[in-house]
Amino acid sequence: MAKITFITRDNQTITVEGESGSVMALARQNGVKGIEGECGGVCSCATCHVHVQNGEFSRTGQQGTIEKDLLELNDHADETSRLCCQIRISDEIDGLVLRVAEKNSF
Amino acid sequence: METENRTCIIIGASQAGVSCAFALREEGWAGRILLYDTDPKLPYYRPPLSKTALTGEELMYNHILKPLELYRKENIQLGLGIKVVALDALNKEVILSDHTQVNYDRLVLATGARPFIPNIEGIQTAAQVFVLRTQQDAEAIRHALEKSMDKEVVIIGGGYIGLETAASIKKLGGKVTVLEREKRVLERVTAPEMSEFFMALHAEQGVHIEVNKNVVAIHGNPKQMVVCDDGSAYRADLVIVGVGVLVNTELAEQAKLNMDRGILVDASMRTNQEHIYAIGDCTRHHNPFYDRFVRIESVQNATDQGKIAAAAICGKNPTYDVLPWFWSDQYDVKLQMVGLSEGYNQVVVRKETGDTPSFSIWYFDQDQLLAVDAVNHAKAYMLGAKFIRQKTRVDKTKLADNGLEFKPANLVMA
Ligand SMILES: Cc1cc2nc3c(=O)[nH]c(=O)nc-3n(C[C@H](O)[C@H](O)[C@H](O)COP(=O)(O)OP(=O)(O)OC[C@H]3O[C@@H](n4cnc5c(N)ncnc54)[C@H](O)[C@@H]3O)c2cc1C
Ligand code: FES
Repeated sequence: MAKITFITRDNQTITVEGESGSVMALARQNGVKGIEGECGGVCSCATCHVHVQNGEFSRTGQQGTIEKDLLELNDHADETSRLCCQIRISDEIDGLVLRVAEKNSF
Repeated sequence: METENRTCIIIGASQAGVSCAFALREEGWAGRILLYDTDPKLPYYRPPLSKTALTGEELMYNHILKPLELYRKENIQLGLGIKVVALDALNKEVILSDHTQVNYDRLVLATGARPFIPNIEGIQTAAQVFVLRTQQDAEAIRHALEKSMDKEVVIIGGGYIGLETAASIKKLGGKVTVLEREKRVLERVTAPEMSEFFMALHAEQGVHIEVNKNVVAIHGNPKQMVVCDDGSAYRADLVIVGVGVLVNTELAEQAKLNMDRGILVDASMRTNQEHIYAIGDCTRHHNPFYDRFVRIESVQNATDQGKIAAAAICGKNPTYDVLPWFWSDQYDVKLQMVGLSEGYNQVVVRKETGDTPSFSIWYFDQDQLLAVDAVNHAKAYMLGAKFIRQKTRVDKTKLADNGLEFKPANLVMA
């Protein structure tokens, strides 16, 4: 179980709780604004981009190549960036704070 | 604009309609929002229907567009299992399947499309013929497959949905044959090199693809025979038809909206009737970048058009101007596409080195990059999108040379 806090683009804070699945799915179920998850979590769309706050990036687990590649050329990405459909919910990430990134469109 | 006492009706509660409803609230629409759909299920994403939801790896519950509480919270009235049967643009009213009349101030058509059933002898009466558009369709296919004797499945049509369905049914232990009328799969949407790759991939996985196959008849029950015009015939417990869609335009016709194989909309999703907007798969719009009218079937297009319409309804003057993007997952292969390749006269194939197949196809019209299809190579997809948008001149020779590292500096024309 993990409690996760999202900060939306309009600076609202929402804390939600999940047991399993991806952080994107959790955000979507709770209607966190700005987390679209358009590809359904298959790492194809980058509409679930977040910035991991408080220097806790390493707690979010490993990044795959596709995720890295999608972020590398994203105008709003930096070293705190993750696609949250690729973060699994577990005790490990309890207390994490994630800021919804700016929308990237082509 | 004062919107408090006003009503916005949205017909079609899927990707486009739901996106629009929630965006209306974000844009400040204070009045009523009524959202209708014939489908009784809580609105969901369709892409998993041919992918992980068909294989059963994922439950559709995880792919609902929004949880029910959020409709309540945003005060969006969801009318599921309700068909809008008539539209009177003059009196600004619609009639529902239960005969109620409802008036609107603004109307959004998000009616999407339905599977096209080709004129094949016996197709209407055959017992085990399926399409794949709704959650019920996917459940029906899974159920029929479980019950079938030999799990022999014939899929008519080698487009994305046909191929994804083939891969998923293969995973479920089905014996799959895909019959494609053209000389290659994905003919309308990709270059020959991409078709070849997918034909080989499916062959390797044991899915049987036959091209130049024009199906003319289906008969037999319960074991069906699918017969082609060259005399060949294929046994099938299940037949799945995936040969494209018909746009749902019946209501648009009643309102006398301008149409051209889709409802014509301007850059803000307005139709030619004041107060009526249209979004998603059912529309055709002018894409400013390619300077051409297009009808696009994708989640991205439906979601974004929903947001544009919402902004326009709330008094803004937005312009829809993005490069379309799309993806497809088959087996462990990830295909990502950006741009519109139509009208290309040259392709450059860039293969990456390494164990997993990873390559990209770059579509050019002379020196202008139009589109990129990337297989297991998200970097090409992202960089391609940038180059297209910025009209960057790409050095084609260097692009094709995988001895050079894949990075902007190596690809841009000096
Ligand atoms: C199996 C499958 C896989 C797909 N995979 C992908 C993919 O990987 N990536 C991607 O980008 N896109 C994919 N798509 C396409 C994508 O799902 C569509 O582009 C998208 O659903 C379009 O949304 P829409 O809201 O415009 O239309 P639709 O989703 O077609 O929704 C229209 C809705 O309107 C309702 N409706 C119509 N007429 C009426 C009426 N008179 N009264 C009440 N309700 C009405 C219908 O019931 C329907 O629910 C896939 C589609 C399918 C079917
Ligand atoms: S949901 Fe599409 S990349 Fe995460």
